Amino acid sequence: MSIMKEEIQERHCLAALVDNEAGVLARVIGLFSGRGYNIESLTVAEVDHEGHTSRITIVTTGTPMIIEQIKAQLGRLVPVHKVVDLTVEHDSIEREMALVKVVGTGEKRVESLRLSEAFRARVIDTTHSSFIFELTGAPSKIDAFVNLMRPLGLVEVSRTGVVAIGRGASDM
Amino acid sequence: MASPQMTGAEIVVQALVDQGVDVIFGYPGGAVLPIYDALFKTDKIRHILVRHEQAAAHAAEGYARSTGKPGVFLVTSGPGATNAVTGLADALLDSIPIICLSGQVASHLIGSDAFQEADTVGITRPCTKHNWLVKRPEDLSRIMHEAFYVAKNGRPGPVVVDLPKDIQFAEAPYRGPENIAHKTYVPKLKGDLKAITQVAEMIGKAERPILYTGGGVINSGPAASQLLRELARSTGFPVTSTLMGLGAFPASDKQWLGMLGMHGTVEANYAMHDCDLMICVGARFDDRVTGRIDKFSPGSTKVHIDIDPSSINKTVHVDVPIVGDVAHVLEDLLRVWKAKGRQANKQALARWWQQIDEWRHVKCLEYKPYQDRIRPQQAIQHLYKAVKDKDIYISTEVGQHQMWAAQHFHFEDPNRWMTSGGLGTMGYGFPAAIGAQVAHPKALCIDIAGDASILMNMQEMSTAVQHDLPVKVFILNNGYMGMVRQWQELLHGGRYSHSYTEALPDFVKLAEAYGGKGLRATHPDELDDKIAEMIETPGPVLFDCVVVTEENCYPMIPSGAAHNEMLFGTEKEAHEVSEEGKILV
Repeated sequence: MSIMKEEIQERHCLAALVDNEAGVLARVIGLFSGRGYNIESLTVAEVDHEGHTSRITIVTTGTPMIIEQIKAQLGRLVPVHKVVDLTVEHDSIEREMALVKVVGTGEKRVESLRLSEAFRARVIDTTHSSFIFELTGAPSKIDAFVNLMRPLGLVEVSRTGVVAIGRGASDM
Repeated sequence: MASPQMTGAEIVVQALVDQGVDVIFGYPGGAVLPIYDALFKTDKIRHILVRHEQAAAHAAEGYARSTGKPGVFLVTSGPGATNAVTGLADALLDSIPIICLSGQVASHLIGSDAFQEADTVGITRPCTKHNWLVKRPEDLSRIMHEAFYVAKNGRPGPVVVDLPKDIQFAEAPYRGPENIAHKTYVPKLKGDLKAITQVAEMIGKAERPILYTGGGVINSGPAASQLLRELARSTGFPVTSTLMGLGAFPASDKQWLGMLGMHGTVEANYAMHDCDLMICVGARFDDRVTGRIDKFSPGSTKVHIDIDPSSINKTVHVDVPIVGDVAHVLEDLLRVWKAKGRQANKQALARWWQQIDEWRHVKCLEYKPYQDRIRPQQAIQHLYKAVKDKDIYISTEVGQHQMWAAQHFHFEDPNRWMTSGGLGTMGYGFPAAIGAQVAHPKALCIDIAGDASILMNMQEMSTAVQHDLPVKVFILNNGYMGMVRQWQELLHGGRYSHSYTEALPDFVKLAEAYGGKGLRATHPDELDDKIAEMIETPGPVLFDCVVVTEENCYPMIPSGAAHNEMLFGTEKEAHEVSEEGKILV
């Protein structure tokens, strides 16, 4: 359908509250792969240990029609309590954490440390020839930091993926 | 009262009894022996031994579709479960409530590649509505009841409960099905009243309306079919239906346009294309219905009533979505419509019906009988005439015969028609008819089959004979996989690559080998007598109806075409299928 092909791709951040039972993540991921939806990032952890509920944060892209489909498909999974589109339903905050390993000596090493301060990254491990930086922020900030580290001896990056929450006093 | 201690196997059987199950389909094996032992000790549940687990699943579907109650089947681990997968996928696409109980290797062996081990919950996750691996015996009774709840409620569908063998032996307290309020899965039954009111107003203004109905009307229960009839009567709107919805609205009604879609009638498809108000009731804009989607009913305002929010705006954008159960929504819609004085645009409607009558004059399903050979449409019509006043349940396999059955067999009531619509599963019809026959022992259950499809679950003749199930299999035998051949003719230059079955069995002798009866008709003159003989035969029958080989199923919307670009199979028609159309299935 030509109209659909031309429709713009939107980036949405979705939060789903799910029962933390065996296979629930497989259901969510299987839904995305089986129906050909994109996953840019996915994070999951139990958020209520007594109620055994987990929060899954998914960043996805698609046309408005596909985004609506994704939400409806997630919502009808049996262990899903609630699905919220943090991109449209809330003014929300997104954060991601990264651990960035940079190896180098001399001028480059000094420069990486200097830049890390500008990004408010913390040094959490060091040797004479390496740093591991811990950095928290919006995904774009982490991208920027990683790009700056590339010529300075970047060897490894580990990122958590996005977690997000709506601003203000109300809950999801 | 303290909950009684039972073994897992006893809990399974007790839960089935408490859920009102009196028959299950199944096939034993190592990992379900404790459950079979518990079944041996009860007389409350009848077990129908199938010959292949796929057939157990389809029989459960046939049972469910013909009764409105969930169907239950029991299979062993590994190959038992993997054989059931096709039936589960079939039930998922057609929204049929079935419960698959599968054995699993003992808990401590899971993941060790044990004998007959398969990751059943992993394999069946994408082809079930939900599934459970029971890990603790104390969870078993809750999961059993939850399985029924999930299968039946909302948009119905298949579920799997995977039962490790140690859980079947372990003891645990049994809890009955009372008070199982589900914490997350609570489907919305009532539709939004504002939207319903809006639709009632649209009904009053519509000039070229159509009710496009589907399997959701049947799944919603007999009340939904009654309400649909009432809505049609009080508005005067024409009604069409998907393959899945046949029977929800009586085919003898003058407002009935016949089935729509790829092999639907001219009047139904043209009316869909030209309408100004489309009210979709429990259907899902399937590609077999819409044809080319950017040319689908371009000028209409679309209303969509569906219990599954994910059906809304999935392929076709709708103007007024109403999420809710068909019966609940139609009841509210009728109430609002009546309260508003039920004003339809009578003049415009009269013009619309005049247009529809012109389309009807095309007589798109008409054919000329041959002198000496049976045409498949003719065979179905003769069958229909012979059985229409009886208590009948009709199933089909998949292919040309299925479409001819949908076109030429007419249904007055819901739950009488069972066919694999979404998945298109060859081999569905015979076990489904067996399932219907088990549920309705006195009824006439007929599987309208093709010669290729029937061979996919032919072994079930043995099941029918063993359990005294007098199912009739009416085979339209043209020697070909007819629909494959038809597409090869239209799309691939008549290169009939592997669509001819060179070595068909003698179906009469085959029936006799199984202990059933075989009949054959090759000439139009003998059709009626042989059909009568089939009906009178007390046991299962294979009816080999030898039809012309070259017949194609028309009318047809070719792939990539719109509703108003139908083919009729006349000589002068160029079978031009677009390049885009060729890649569509």
